[in-house]
Amino acid sequence: MASVSIDGIQKNYGPTSVLRGVSLSIADGEFLTLLGPSGCGKSTLLRILAGLEVQDAGSVLIDKRAVDGLRPKWRDVAMVFQSYALYPHMTVASNMALPLRMRRLSAVQRLPLVGRLLPETARITAEIDVEVMRTAKSLGIGHLLARKPGQLSGGQRQRVAVGRAMVRHPAVFLMDEPLSNLDAKLRVQMRAEIKELHQRLGGTFVYVTHDQAEAMTLSDRVAVMVDGELLQVAAPQDIYVDPDDRRVAEFIGSPKINMLDGVVRERGVVDVAGSALAIEVDAIAGAHITLGIRSEAFHFADHGGPGVLTGSVRMIEHMGSDLLVHFDLAGVDHLVIARLLAERAPHIAVGQTLHVGVRPDRVLLFTRDGRRLRREVEAGRASVTPIREIAR
Amino acid sequence: MSAFKSARRLSLPTTILRHAVLLCTGALILAPFVWMVSLSIKPASEIFRVSFSFWPERFYGIENYTKALTEVPLPRYMGNGVLVCAIILVLQILVCTPCAYVLAKLRFPGRDLLFSMVLIGLLLPHQVLSLPLFILSYQLDILNTYAALIFPYVISPFGIFLFRQFFKTIPDDVVHAARLDGLSELAIVWRIMLPMALPALIAFSIFSVVGHWNDLFWPLIAVRDQSLMPPPLGIMVFKNEEAGNDYGPLMAASTLVVMPLIIAFLAAQKWFVEGMTGGAVK
Repeated sequence: MASVSIDGIQKNYGPTSVLRGVSLSIADGEFLTLLGPSGCGKSTLLRILAGLEVQDAGSVLIDKRAVDGLRPKWRDVAMVFQSYALYPHMTVASNMALPLRMRRLSAVQRLPLVGRLLPETARITAEIDVEVMRTAKSLGIGHLLARKPGQLSGGQRQRVAVGRAMVRHPAVFLMDEPLSNLDAKLRVQMRAEIKELHQRLGGTFVYVTHDQAEAMTLSDRVAVMVDGELLQVAAPQDIYVDPDDRRVAEFIGSPKINMLDGVVRERGVVDVAGSALAIEVDAIAGAHITLGIRSEAFHFADHGGPGVLTGSVRMIEHMGSDLLVHFDLAGVDHLVIARLLAERAPHIAVGQTLHVGVRPDRVLLFTRDGRRLRREVEAGRASVTPIREIAR
Repeated sequence: MSAFKSARRLSLPTTILRHAVLLCTGALILAPFVWMVSLSIKPASEIFRVSFSFWPERFYGIENYTKALTEVPLPRYMGNGVLVCAIILVLQILVCTPCAYVLAKLRFPGRDLLFSMVLIGLLLPHQVLSLPLFILSYQLDILNTYAALIFPYVISPFGIFLFRQFFKTIPDDVVHAARLDGLSELAIVWRIMLPMALPALIAFSIFSVVGHWNDLFWPLIAVRDQSLMPPPLGIMVFKNEEAGNDYGPLMAASTLVVMPLIIAFLAAQKWFVEGMTGGAVK
């Protein structure tokens, strides 16, 4: 068990900059997820943590000890790969025993024939076998030890890969999209197992994924990465409700958050798509801002009026208790999606005019260049200055 | 799968034509071997007859094969062949796999240059190098020893190339996992990469053994002592001095010499094809 601290990591591949000064500290025993779209550099960061890639600048500390320049073997980290990376020519038992054999047996003791004759070899090997068996049983793969990876299903291979990482009790577990090769049902099941594993082992987990559902359900904290930068590190709920950046808001949440351009008319009133919404903004009139409205922040309204947006329905998705209604708004070039309670909005049809109200406290405000504008009331600090800048 | 098969199924005339072409080519390649086997069981009087038949009128096989085995030290030649081929193969694998691993999986400046030099090595026929190698052997004072037969072949550009192509198809994650599990780079080569490249290893072994078992040119230059001669050279000596025009025993000796290779190939045929095509398809 150990804390991990990453300080100003940079990595370039030729002219492309993959990581641009990433800093992050992970507490002992924490489950932290690096979440981001593919190609954002999250896997590269994980490989740098493991020592498989060398950073161009910055340093990594594991258990308050700088590990830069240390080979992966000496970092006391274990990794689970997306492709599982099992050794196909070895049995499950040998796959899981290999990390222990490499650590506990000397080079001579590992020799094929001579090694067995040495006095300690038999005892250490027996110990290793016991530990492998125990780990395999705890993962429910005890009966598969004699098989080769090629004879296993995806879920079983996944467990073997986890077992190989677990068996030597590393300080830090690194997981690189370990579930993305599994089918949807198995993924949900393995997700629960990984969560349970973390609680049982109590180790520090760094988990890379592009799947926000995994990030949200598993993590203590989520670090959202886009284009080689860490945009926000916070608890899953905060990432969703209170994003720092427009890109975070857009990446998290399904369906995607609706982004509407608006202009501040006067204090407390914003013009959006032909309607005036009563939203508390400390801004001078004429400032251009962007409103992020999650689909569930809308509610069905019987008729138009102040604070209500009016559009025409383009598509309806029935989700059971909810309806996802895609509608056009005047002056907005993309469809807006509202999640409406099915019982409150019974007779919506495609082509019909739709009125939806907006909960002002659920509207996220962003500057046009994507920074979050926190309102004075909730953030407890003046946001007048940035708005003035935008107005200019 | 079935749709895929039926789409690829050819019409009857095309199938017949294709088989005819393949059968003709196969027959052309096989004919000398069949003839060799046929001659090896005929007496001298039948060998030079105008009419040709595969089966002899008088079966003379036992006499021919006995003569082939006793007249010259053929078992000794074959023993030499086994020894030399085995040592060459082991040394080639010892040298080629680490080289191939480095070229396939490690990143360092000059790697592509080194690999292109390997490719150039692949293009050079061995005969071109025979004079420098002869002089080198002379300087090292190893002419007319087993060492002279072995050392020019220890580094095989073909082996490096073949293994490198195969290692390229092994995912990097496997190498990464091995490093995290605590394996050194050499341990990765021997414990992970080489076992995973078993089809390539078998294909390469067959190429290497066949090539050096059948090699006549270099042994002709490198050794004079009959007790060091590999099989083809031995057969040539046999023809010149002992047998004269006695083609029956000569063909019997030739048959005995190629037999181990054919048996080995048939036993490993499956892996051979996989090893040769594996790198190309992926």
